[in-house]
Amino acid sequence: MTHDSGMLRHTLRGLLSLVPTLLMLITVAFFMMRMAPGGPFDTEKLLPPEIEANLEAKYHLDEPLLQQYFRYMGQIMVLDFGPSFQYKDWTVNELIAQSYPVSLTIGALAMILAFFMGTMLGITAALKQNTRVDYSLMGIAMLGISVPNFVIAPILILLLAVYAGWLPAGGWDWSVASMVLPVVTLSLPVTAYIARLTRGSMIEVLHSNFIRTARAKGLPESVVIRRHALKPAILPVISFMGPAIAGLISGSVVIERIFSIPGLGSYFVAGALNRDYTLVMGVVIFYGVLIIVLNFIVDLLYAWLDPKVRYDEKH
Amino acid sequence: MTKSTDIPVIDPFEAALSVRAVKGRSPWEDAWYRVRKNRAAVYSAFIMGFIILLVLFGPMVISWESDFTDWDFTSSPPSFSSGHWFGTDAVGRDILVRTLEGGRISLLVGLVATLVSLIIGVSYGAIAGYFGGTADRIMMRIVDIIYALPFLFFVILLMVVFGRNILLIFVAIGAVNWLDMARIVRGQTLSIKNMEFIEAARAGGVTPWNIIRRHIIPNLAGVVIVYVTLTIPQVILIESFLSFLGLGVQEPMSSWGALVSDGAQDMESAPWTLIVPALFLTVTLYCFNYIGDGLRDALDPKDRP
Repeated sequence: MTHDSGMLRHTLRGLLSLVPTLLMLITVAFFMMRMAPGGPFDTEKLLPPEIEANLEAKYHLDEPLLQQYFRYMGQIMVLDFGPSFQYKDWTVNELIAQSYPVSLTIGALAMILAFFMGTMLGITAALKQNTRVDYSLMGIAMLGISVPNFVIAPILILLLAVYAGWLPAGGWDWSVASMVLPVVTLSLPVTAYIARLTRGSMIEVLHSNFIRTARAKGLPESVVIRRHALKPAILPVISFMGPAIAGLISGSVVIERIFSIPGLGSYFVAGALNRDYTLVMGVVIFYGVLIIVLNFIVDLLYAWLDPKVRYDEKH
Repeated sequence: MTKSTDIPVIDPFEAALSVRAVKGRSPWEDAWYRVRKNRAAVYSAFIMGFIILLVLFGPMVISWESDFTDWDFTSSPPSFSSGHWFGTDAVGRDILVRTLEGGRISLLVGLVATLVSLIIGVSYGAIAGYFGGTADRIMMRIVDIIYALPFLFFVILLMVVFGRNILLIFVAIGAVNWLDMARIVRGQTLSIKNMEFIEAARAGGVTPWNIIRRHIIPNLAGVVIVYVTLTIPQVILIESFLSFLGLGVQEPMSSWGALVSDGAQDMESAPWTLIVPALFLTVTLYCFNYIGDGLRDALDPKDRP
C-alpha cells in the first residue's frame, strides 16, 4: 500500500474519532451546567411566578431534562447556540461572532511569536551548550515557565504603560500598540517551553550519526544546522503545538480580563459568574471544537513532517 | 583514646574482604548523588524549605493579625517604623501576614490536589498497563478523549456549578490533572510487568490486585516522585489562576492568586500589594520546577548519561 492512501485512511480514521470526543464535550458541559443550583433568572427581587413560568417556557427550561438535552443537541447540529440569558437582545451566535476575531488574533499572533522566538532561543542555547549563554537563556526560560501570565501582565502594564507611558494599559482598537502587551505576555510561557524543548532535541540531534556524516563531508556548520539538524530538532515542538494551543486559550481568558479586551474569554467568565447557561455552553463548545480540530491538524502535520511515521504498516 | 597494646588477631578472611569490598551504591544512592550535584536543585530545595517554614510559622511570630485593619496606615509603603515591613493594603491589612497566610492555602491546594491526581493517576495507569489488551485500549482511549477537552473550562464550570469551596478546589483540580500521571504510569507498568519477578509472583499465586499493589506500584516510585514535583507547581498555578479570576477561594480566606488579583487592582497607588505576593508565588513555582527538573535528571532512567 502506498504512503498516500495510508495517510488518507489515517486522516479519515482521525476524523471519525473526533465524533465521540465532541459528543462527550457537549454532554458533560450540558449536564454540569444544568446541575447548577440557582438559575439564570435568580435576581435580587423575586419575580412573580407567572412571569418566571413564562420565561422558563420561552427558553424551554420547563421541559424534562432529557428533552432539553436532545433539543440542544439538535440545535448544535445546525450550529445554533440559542439566545443568551444575560444579554437579552443577543443570541450566543452573535456574541461569539463578534468576540472571536479578537481572541483568535491574539492567540494566533502569540503562537507565531512563541514558535519563532522559542525555536531561535532554543537553538542558540543548544549551539552554545554548557556555556554562560546557555545557562542564562535556560534560566530565563525557566522564569518564563514559572512566572504566571497574570503576574507578568500587571508588572508590564505598570512599567511600560503607567510609568513609561509607551503603550496603552488596556483596551482593544485593532492598533498595533494595543496588541503588543497582550500578545507578548500571552506568548511568554509558551515561548519559554518551546525554547527548552528545542534545546533538548537540538542537542540530541547534533549528537546523531547523520550529523557526524554531514560534518565529515565537510559541510560548513551553518549548512549542517539549517539543512540537516533543523527539521528533526523541530519535530518535538510540532507535537507540543496541541497542548500549547490549549494553554494559549486558557491563558487568553486571564489576559483578556487584565487588558479589558472584549474577547471570548471575558464573555466566558462573565457568563460563568451570571449562570448564563447558553453563553457558557456556547463558548466551551466553540473552544472545545477549536482545540480538537487544531490538535487533529497538528497530528497530520506531524505525520507529514516525520519520515518515521508511516500509517500503512501499523494498522 | 587508649591504645591497645595487644597484638591484633588478624582474621585472614576478614582482611581479604575488607580490602576487596568496594562499597556498592544502590540506584537510590546514585540518584541522590546526582541530585546533590545539581546546584540549581539544591539551592531551590533550600529556598523552598525556607518559604515553607516562613508560611507555617511566620504568621505566629508576626504580631499583626491577617484581618486586622490598621486605619492609621492604609496603603502605606513598606517601612520598619510603622511595623508593616512589607506595607499594607487599601484597608490597612498587613501585606506580609496576608501573603504568608495566603501561602498556606496555595501550598495546601498544591499538596492535596496533587495527592488526588496521584491516587487517581497511579491506580488508573497501573491497572490499564497491567491488564493490557482491550481494557488498556478502552481506558487509554478515554484518557485521550478527556485529554482533548479544554479542562480548565471544566474546572471553572465545576466551581460555578457547585459553589466555591476549598474542598471542591482540591478535588476539581486533582480530578482533571491526573491524565499525564496515568499515561506515564501505564508506560512504566507495561515495561515492568514482563520482568521475571512479576512472573515469579504470578507463579506463586499472588492475585493481580496484590501484584499491582505490592510489586508494581513500589517500582514506579522514581517516575512518580518526579511527576509529583512537577505537578505541584502546576496545581498551585491553576488555583491562583482561578482565584485571580475571582473563581477560587473566597474571603476571608486568601491565596497567592487572590492577593495578586487584589494587588493588580491597586498597583498604581500601592505597587507593593502586587509585588510581595507575586514574588512569593513566583519564587515558589520557580523552586518547584527546578527541583522537579533536578529529580528528573537524577531518576529518569531514559536520560541517564
